[in-house]
Amino acid sequence: MNALLEIQDLEVAYRSTAGRECGALAGVSFEVYPGEILGVLGESGSGKSTLAAALLRLLPPNGKFRKGTVRFEGQDLLRARQRELQKVRGGRIGLIFQEPSMALHPTIRTGEQISSVIAAHQALDRRALREKTLQVLAKVFSADANRIAESYPHQLSGGQRQRVLLAQAIACSPALIIADEPTASLDPSTQQDILELLRTLRDQLHCAMILITHNPAILAGLADRILVLYAGKVAEIGPASEVFGSPQHPYTRALLKCLPPPLTENLRPRKSKLTVIPGESPNLQQLANGCRFEPRCTDRMDVCTTSEPAETSLSRHHAVSCFRYGG
Amino acid sequence: MPVSNKDAQHLLQVQNLEKRYVRASTVSQREEVTALRGVSLSILPQVTLALVGESGSGKSTLARCVACLDKPTSGTIRFGSDELTKLNEKDLRAIRPKIQLVFQDPANSLNPRWTAFDIVSEPFVIQQRFSNQERRERTFALLESVGLSSQKASQRPAEFSGGQRQRLAIARALALEPQLLILDEALSALDCSIQAQIVNLLFELQSSLGLSYLFITHDFAMAAHVSDEIVVMDHGQIVETGPTERIARSPKHPVTQRLMTAATASQVLPRELQAV
Repeated sequence: MNALLEIQDLEVAYRSTAGRECGALAGVSFEVYPGEILGVLGESGSGKSTLAAALLRLLPPNGKFRKGTVRFEGQDLLRARQRELQKVRGGRIGLIFQEPSMALHPTIRTGEQISSVIAAHQALDRRALREKTLQVLAKVFSADANRIAESYPHQLSGGQRQRVLLAQAIACSPALIIADEPTASLDPSTQQDILELLRTLRDQLHCAMILITHNPAILAGLADRILVLYAGKVAEIGPASEVFGSPQHPYTRALLKCLPPPLTENLRPRKSKLTVIPGESPNLQQLANGCRFEPRCTDRMDVCTTSEPAETSLSRHHAVSCFRYGG
Repeated sequence: MPVSNKDAQHLLQVQNLEKRYVRASTVSQREEVTALRGVSLSILPQVTLALVGESGSGKSTLARCVACLDKPTSGTIRFGSDELTKLNEKDLRAIRPKIQLVFQDPANSLNPRWTAFDIVSEPFVIQQRFSNQERRERTFALLESVGLSSQKASQRPAEFSGGQRQRLAIARALALEPQLLILDEALSALDCSIQAQIVNLLFELQSSLGLSYLFITHDFAMAAHVSDEIVVMDHGQIVETGPTERIARSPKHPVTQRLMTAATASQVLPRELQAV
């Protein structure tokens, strides 16, 4: 199958006020295939939100592409003209931001905020636009689409606002949806509802999704493939069953062990110490030579301090950047 | 329910607590909201009580009442031998050091212009305790007890990572040697690997200092791991309470079951991991 989105050797840096450059993404390459859910897993500072913004060229003014290509449906987005890009944004690629209360305009009715997305991509008269808006809302709300369309964001709950954002993202039947921490500010059961909805939408609309999160638990049972990002580099990428079932990169292994034990099984006694990853993510302005995870790694070897490992394929779909596997 | 002698060992005993807020929904209309209704619970020394529930269930209101930041409408809060709801501000000042709070977002609960030293030593200044020399020594000891080196004492919050900031907030909360620490979603803003570090720190501090924790969270899996007892709240009321083992094994109330399903659904993963 041809890839829908192909990212090659993407490097993004931010310029600090002091004029120093700080590399947020350092040579990230991966593909997204039609209809799949790719989970991007990364802790704060891993570059996961930079990735979401970079794909649509929405970096803040001090962000800069150093190199790489982002090829979407055959088009290089990093070299596309603004007009071309506008067709992709919200049209072929839908974006869902982290904070639903910040992403919606507070004084415009939600229906209108969805219509404006549709109107930007399709020439429809008012009645058709209204009809289309309600159709889109009906996909994310089981009832009450009319009432929601007439509401202002503050009249909706957090979960409802997140659904409105989802409606905006799917309004033009995109081929790809990028969701950056779509459930971060929600209650656990609302969170489950939204994740369930993401899955349903993917099945109905056959669109691909990039689901970005810091929480591995969100991706379990939802993502088809997992990309683990650490300090701006891909640590591990592979099918979810393999990455979660038998993680290979020392970071992935350590990260998954940090989670509290399952409720139903008494495998670890309650109130026992959790496994931790010692230390913290590296400061990207002061990177040492060698593997970025080396200072926190329990599997380190001599070579890890002197050079950075390259991506090594373990199987056709599973790759790891670690000298333990050849590097 | 009268307080019997048997209950005298409780560190904290909340009985029949009710809290009503008056909300001005429009200029002319006033609406009364009942945030807590007939809430009773107790915490023994050195015990962790987890308070779980969805947002709006009244968890934080209860925490604020226990910390004497809000006055309940009715009901009693007994801490040790004191009845908190009956104390005046002057007497409360003597109690407050024993009940301390750690909030969810350390970025917002620490003064960005102050150094780590200023932040952690402020409680001494407010309570007018100790000489300058002793304040210095205690502050450095506190920083060390939460795993921050004393070289970091002159740094400001922006120079710390999220996990380090939460350590700083914990150090400040420990300054006046509290007996009860209220952790209001204190882990929610942290990365998984950092959450684990803070949980372990909390375990260590509990056994070395004999602390009791009121651990407020919406993460049932974490609550079940860190607590001895669980209290489940919904719409301002306690719907289920009991020892953690019992509740994790056989939750009775639908709200508990719903919270647990949300937690177990997201826990496909560690179970798979056990095979590694």
